[in-house]
Amino acid sequence: MTKADGIGASVKRREDFRFLTGRGTYTDDIDRPGQTHAHILRSPFAHARVKSIDVAAATAAPGVVAVFTGADMAADGVKGLPCGWLIHNKDGSPMNEPAHPPIVIDKVLHVGDQIAVVIAESRAQARDAAELIEVDYEEMPAVVDAVAAQAPNAPQVHGDAPGNLCYDWHLGDQAATDAAFARAAHVTKLDLVNNRLVANAMEPRAAIGEFDRATDEYTLITTSQNPHVIRLLMGAFVLGIPEHKLRVVAPDVGGGFGSKIYHYAEEAIVTWAARKVGRPVKWTADRSESFLSDAQGRDHSTHAELALNQDGTFLGLRVSTVANLGAYLSTFATSIPTYLYATLLAGQYTTPAIYCEVKAVFTNTVPVDAYRGAGRPEACYLIERLVDNAARELGIDRVELRRRNMVPASAMPYQTPVALQYDSGDFHRNLDLALPMIDYDGFPARRAEAAQRGKLRGIGFSTYIEACGIAPSNVAGALGARAGLYESAEVRFHPTGSVTLFTGSHSHGQGHETTFAQLVADRFGIPVDSVEIVHGDTSKVPFGMGTYGSRSLAVGGSAIARAMDKVETKAKKIAAHMLEASEADIEVKDGSFTVAGTDKSLTIGEIALSAYVPHKFPLEELEPGLDEQAFYDPKNFTFPNGCQVCEIEIDPETGVSEIVKFVCADDFGRVVNPMIVEGQVHGGLVQGIGQALMENCVYDARSGQLVTGTYNDYCMPRADDLPFFAVKYHEEALCTHNPLGVKGCGEAGTIGAAAAVMNAVVDALSALGVHHLEMPATPQAVWQAIRAARPSQAA
Amino acid sequence: MYAFNYHKPGSVVEAVALLGQNEDAKLVAGGQTLIPTLKQRLAMPGDVIDLSGISDLSGIREDGDGLVIGAMTRHADVVGSDIVRRRIPALAALAEHIGDRQVRNLGTLGGSIANNDPAADYPAGLLGLGATVTTDRRTLAADDFFIGLFETILEPTEVVVSVHFPVPERAAYAKFPNPASRYAVVGVFVAKTSTGVRVAVTGAGAGVFRETAMEQALSAQFAPDALAGITIDSAALNDDIHASRDYRAHLVTVMAKRAVAAAS
Repeated sequence: MTKADGIGASVKRREDFRFLTGRGTYTDDIDRPGQTHAHILRSPFAHARVKSIDVAAATAAPGVVAVFTGADMAADGVKGLPCGWLIHNKDGSPMNEPAHPPIVIDKVLHVGDQIAVVIAESRAQARDAAELIEVDYEEMPAVVDAVAAQAPNAPQVHGDAPGNLCYDWHLGDQAATDAAFARAAHVTKLDLVNNRLVANAMEPRAAIGEFDRATDEYTLITTSQNPHVIRLLMGAFVLGIPEHKLRVVAPDVGGGFGSKIYHYAEEAIVTWAARKVGRPVKWTADRSESFLSDAQGRDHSTHAELALNQDGTFLGLRVSTVANLGAYLSTFATSIPTYLYATLLAGQYTTPAIYCEVKAVFTNTVPVDAYRGAGRPEACYLIERLVDNAARELGIDRVELRRRNMVPASAMPYQTPVALQYDSGDFHRNLDLALPMIDYDGFPARRAEAAQRGKLRGIGFSTYIEACGIAPSNVAGALGARAGLYESAEVRFHPTGSVTLFTGSHSHGQGHETTFAQLVADRFGIPVDSVEIVHGDTSKVPFGMGTYGSRSLAVGGSAIARAMDKVETKAKKIAAHMLEASEADIEVKDGSFTVAGTDKSLTIGEIALSAYVPHKFPLEELEPGLDEQAFYDPKNFTFPNGCQVCEIEIDPETGVSEIVKFVCADDFGRVVNPMIVEGQVHGGLVQGIGQALMENCVYDARSGQLVTGTYNDYCMPRADDLPFFAVKYHEEALCTHNPLGVKGCGEAGTIGAAAAVMNAVVDALSALGVHHLEMPATPQAVWQAIRAARPSQAA
Repeated sequence: MYAFNYHKPGSVVEAVALLGQNEDAKLVAGGQTLIPTLKQRLAMPGDVIDLSGISDLSGIREDGDGLVIGAMTRHADVVGSDIVRRRIPALAALAEHIGDRQVRNLGTLGGSIANNDPAADYPAGLLGLGATVTTDRRTLAADDFFIGLFETILEPTEVVVSVHFPVPERAAYAKFPNPASRYAVVGVFVAKTSTGVRVAVTGAGAGVFRETAMEQALSAQFAPDALAGITIDSAALNDDIHASRDYRAHLVTVMAKRAVAAAS
């Protein structure tokens, strides 16, 4: 039975009043006494030597407090931005890690690279003065495409990364995979590109640095998904500030999608500059700056081959990917096309042999890092496109081919050939739920009806699995992670029975203030409104690894559960003392502590009061207070999975694709708040659909300029581009290794959707002989594919 | 944006005088192009003259066989106007798909045509309907008004006052929007008027233009099929990441057929 405020209840988001009525407090809403404003001068060139920078006129301009260059920071001992994950090459040698200074020293490597910072009394004065900085550039040829960057005569982005190579890595058993291909009856081959995307959080990045001479303490207020990680990276690696002298606050943050995980140059610049000028320094990106300085997503070129035997059984998968990392290594960039990608290549299937090699390459573009899904959408897209093409080539129904190869629920836990062990999952059940939702049997009739209207109708499936809740720290460490991946929580009962919950997870749209409060309400039988969630401040929360990779509930929530265990254990002892019973006789249910077989009972509120007013309290064995902390390090990843089905209609005259139906049936383990989960799925689907049909980050191949630098050219999905979604979930295959049985839902929609949409598009066009189309399938791209397939009708 | 002097005249005469006094002055109507341009520091006018204080520049009225719409009339007011919806529904429909709601609440007819963005919708409406533009000093046929890329026949100190739209027998506008900006990749306005059929194309070229081969074919037979044999020359059309010349040429035909079908 679901309690009104407990696990399983669709409690309305408590944070929404604040957000929907403009009462949130975002970084840019904060102004500090004596604050100055920073403007970053950015490179207009993709690749150029900086022969000289003259800041004299800018320094003398009205309102200017100071102008700093990379040389000023270097002279102060400021180091480069670190990369958080070390990847090793096939031969065991470490990857190339070129320098990443917060402000360039003598070379710009992408349009938007930091040249100098102007600090002035007003934002406008800072920007005016920046125009007076004279930079003598020697422009050099640029390379923006990762495949082109590997050519022998390609421009070299870094002097110390020959061939623009960061690493040449692989995973899997190459010999076993080759053997599988040797005995295959059929091989399906596919070349595909996973297009580059701009994250486009609604709130642009911002940062305020502050230094207190009296205490020698720094404060950074920033738009971050993980303030403790920023404190660690910036404090320890870049500026050399110990943790006890550096407070990092991430207040309300308006969306991240991965782009606000990383430590950015601007954070180090404002914090360092605050001490230099002796006043707080504030920087807020405008939207154009976000396009040029927020880490971007995806950008893979892949060749993949699937080996099958005659009955459609998958025998082997061979994948070769070139990943574009951009000009510098963003914080977690190196882990995305490796351990968050190749490890997912089994998908939901029993493919026994898999081999994947990945070359990661530098180019003169904005750095690339995790973007909602991070590696897993790339894996899903590749597998699911291959499976659809294989089904078509072998004449097997696409659902049937999937079913024949799915890991059955009875095989759990299942060890894949690419390192992961799935703990749970019932993939057939997802399909069983989804097929009636889309009325798969009725599709041929709907296609025929659409044809009468001159429309091409297609249906596409995506049966996805993802690895979330990263990760056991020791496993991640063995694979090259330079940080732990646990989470912390503190549950503080107050004397009158209300609770402050401190969490290292960070909410920037996920609804933690509601979901986490439900965990406490469910456990202790108090209303959600008696629980306050505190997050995003290193001076308040014990520690935190932050929010990304759908980990907040699976890892952060598990830490909360562990802290609640400790509260309950202590409360039980207190109750036993107060009720003059043996601790073993105390039964706990919904926050009531009862002596077994009696009506003697205490609520958690009464126990909390006694803990803080310890007049009748076992002071000899227990400390007063009811405030417990826990760190939780996961035993394994969690494995959310599901089935998405997209039905699409294409207007062959214009090439416009209209999604007419979209359904999904998911397994997120235990669902705490179904409404929030559904909202997360909707948002995720929209980002996947955006990638498939609309979004594309384009650089000019010769100049390296960002062509899609505004919303006039970078197409974001809007409500009227989208259908209503039908979303179901089941709780029949809970996570087996965390205390809540939860798996995570934040990225699922995005991970599956691009494949479902593109499979539908290709299905609609398959009768014309189209077997593949690159993303985004814009009207022009679809029209061109149709015209190429049947020139007479589209001309 | 850079600093500038701001003026808010109360009359057209005053606005014209201000334009004459300040060499690099700019008029701001709804500001939907100028303000973003200023914010990106792509323009540096010394003076900005805001027309929103001139009340007699706004409004919609019937005038004999046509409509007169004031230059400062917002797109949303055209969309919601009973007069426009009754007399020239195609024009209300055109305005309804300009930009987004925020743009329609601020953007104006006069601002749109004076700016003459090659992908704007109103120029197709004016040219397709054979409208007449009234300025502070003269009246101009739409055929003479639009010159080319962001260029009109307006003199530096000339201010658009209103536009007169003759009511057609039937008309329709079919637009293929850029999925990102919702400007017209191709927009075709087709009107059957007492003086013949007019076909105006926006988005496809350097500026709005009439497609005379289509006009002749539709004069003979006002039906989509009449356009079947007409090939659009793609050589002079726009080419960008959203649409190649060939795709645009193809879309001109498709949109023209759809406009004819909607108007029939």
